[in-house]
Amino acid sequence: MPEKRFVLKNCGVIDPRRIDTYLEQDGFRALPKARQMTPEAVIAEIKASGLRGRGGAGFPCGLKWELACKSPGDEKFVICNADEGEVGTFKDRYILENDPFTLIEAIAIAAHAVGARTAYIYLRAEYSYLLDLLLNAIYQAEKAGFLGDLTIRVVPGAGAYVCGEESALMDSIEGKRGEVRYRPPFPPTQGLWHKPTIINNVETLMNIPQIILNGASWFNQMGTERSKGTKVFSVSGDVAKPGVYELVLGSPLRELVEGLAQATRVKMMQIGGATGRIVPNTMIDTPLSYETILGAGAITIFDESRDVIDVVYRTMQFLAEESCGKCSPCREGTEALLALLERFHNGEGETRDISVLEDLSNAMMLSALCGLGQAAPVPVMDTLRYFRSDYESRIKQKQGGMVR
Amino acid sequence: MGKSDATLQGKHESLLTMLQQAQRQFGCVPEDVMKKVAESLNISVGEVYGVATFYSFLSTRPLGRNVIRVCQSLPCYLKHNQTIIDRLVAELGIKPGETTPDGKFSLELTNCIGACDKAPAMLVNGDLHGDLTPAKIARILKSYKIG
Repeated sequence: MPEKRFVLKNCGVIDPRRIDTYLEQDGFRALPKARQMTPEAVIAEIKASGLRGRGGAGFPCGLKWELACKSPGDEKFVICNADEGEVGTFKDRYILENDPFTLIEAIAIAAHAVGARTAYIYLRAEYSYLLDLLLNAIYQAEKAGFLGDLTIRVVPGAGAYVCGEESALMDSIEGKRGEVRYRPPFPPTQGLWHKPTIINNVETLMNIPQIILNGASWFNQMGTERSKGTKVFSVSGDVAKPGVYELVLGSPLRELVEGLAQATRVKMMQIGGATGRIVPNTMIDTPLSYETILGAGAITIFDESRDVIDVVYRTMQFLAEESCGKCSPCREGTEALLALLERFHNGEGETRDISVLEDLSNAMMLSALCGLGQAAPVPVMDTLRYFRSDYESRIKQKQGGMVR
Repeated sequence: MGKSDATLQGKHESLLTMLQQAQRQFGCVPEDVMKKVAESLNISVGEVYGVATFYSFLSTRPLGRNVIRVCQSLPCYLKHNQTIIDRLVAELGIKPGETTPDGKFSLELTNCIGACDKAPAMLVNGDLHGDLTPAKIARILKSYKIG
């Protein structure tokens, strides 16, 4: 399946500073259509489309909307998560800088569906240079009368990876430390300021207008049984052509890595960022889907010159730094994993360290409060599985050099 | 319930906003500002300090007029970001985490800034500079020295 520009169809086509160029495409045609439908009908269409969250967790979008719509309350919120902080991810940046209008139209449709009059776009601090572009697009949509009584506010983040996690993100909008909340309750019943809230990734929302315009049955022809539509990927690392690519879900990894990004001599691929999977070249024919491997679509390529332990060590450094600190399995666990990995990094690993890495990883996966802590051991587990000899060679080095 | 929620809503939302404003104005969140903010919102200084120290773009120590944040994450590391850091250290005469004596530049390392397709990359005062080479550094610094 070749590259398919569906979510990205306006990127590079319209002028992101001028709403008229968006209207010349099919801009703001889905919103009036959605408003003529009942919220229930809009939600039914999204449910039938099979659209799932593109931020990594893959929760069914229509179901999320339905829960929020049915939750009692006169005040509800829509939040667009534009806090992509996952290492190696930049697709939402590309979308925001090229097509902010589709996002705004999608937010307005979501607000209609769940009954919200206020929406927030939480923009990561690192993307502050996109703030004016985004505000300008909102202003133009407002002035043209498309937003009605809906207010869309942009909340600038202040630099914290964990705020991409939805409950930490809500705490941050509330002005607090971005710490993860205990759940339930889930956001559709009790979210921002305890009010029913839906939180959707930028890319998830980008699918909405086309689904409304063309219908669920048109959308769900693309993809696999449980992965409908396309996915936007961020490819970086040891490739000739790093960049943003959109493929129909279920396309093989090879097409993206070797075909589009033109990587050669691939040793391994980190899929889904720091908390994502690390897989060897032998898995390059794996289809990219929710059923297999996907994450938020960040793919970092490492060629044969790269050191596995170095990659895992640096990944854990990042996770230990970005743990929010609320739960001890993650706060202490990432530090302990880092200390162990440092020993292998320095060629000082011991045989028993490997079983400690495994035990600790299992404990964290079971007991951490949120996705960060639960998935933090994934790079360790994956490399112990696929590149175990790289760990073992760091033990042998020591035994060879030491006199006991 | 509704009323106290509304009060809380205004209070906390403005806390982070106020700290971000202080950061823009003073280049950091000074202690006396934290005390004043706590007083005006009727919350503890500890709570304000907790928020001020949680976020990496807020700083309790004074930063320079221009803040350089070099990406240290894997995709930039693979594209030799160390050569960029080394050149910045040589040009500015400071190490990461420090500010030049004249207060013009602070050099910081930061986690993924979402410019991996333009690695190695850095932010200067929020502006993105990508596809960096050591040779480009002097010219970029010069453009911020004026004024």
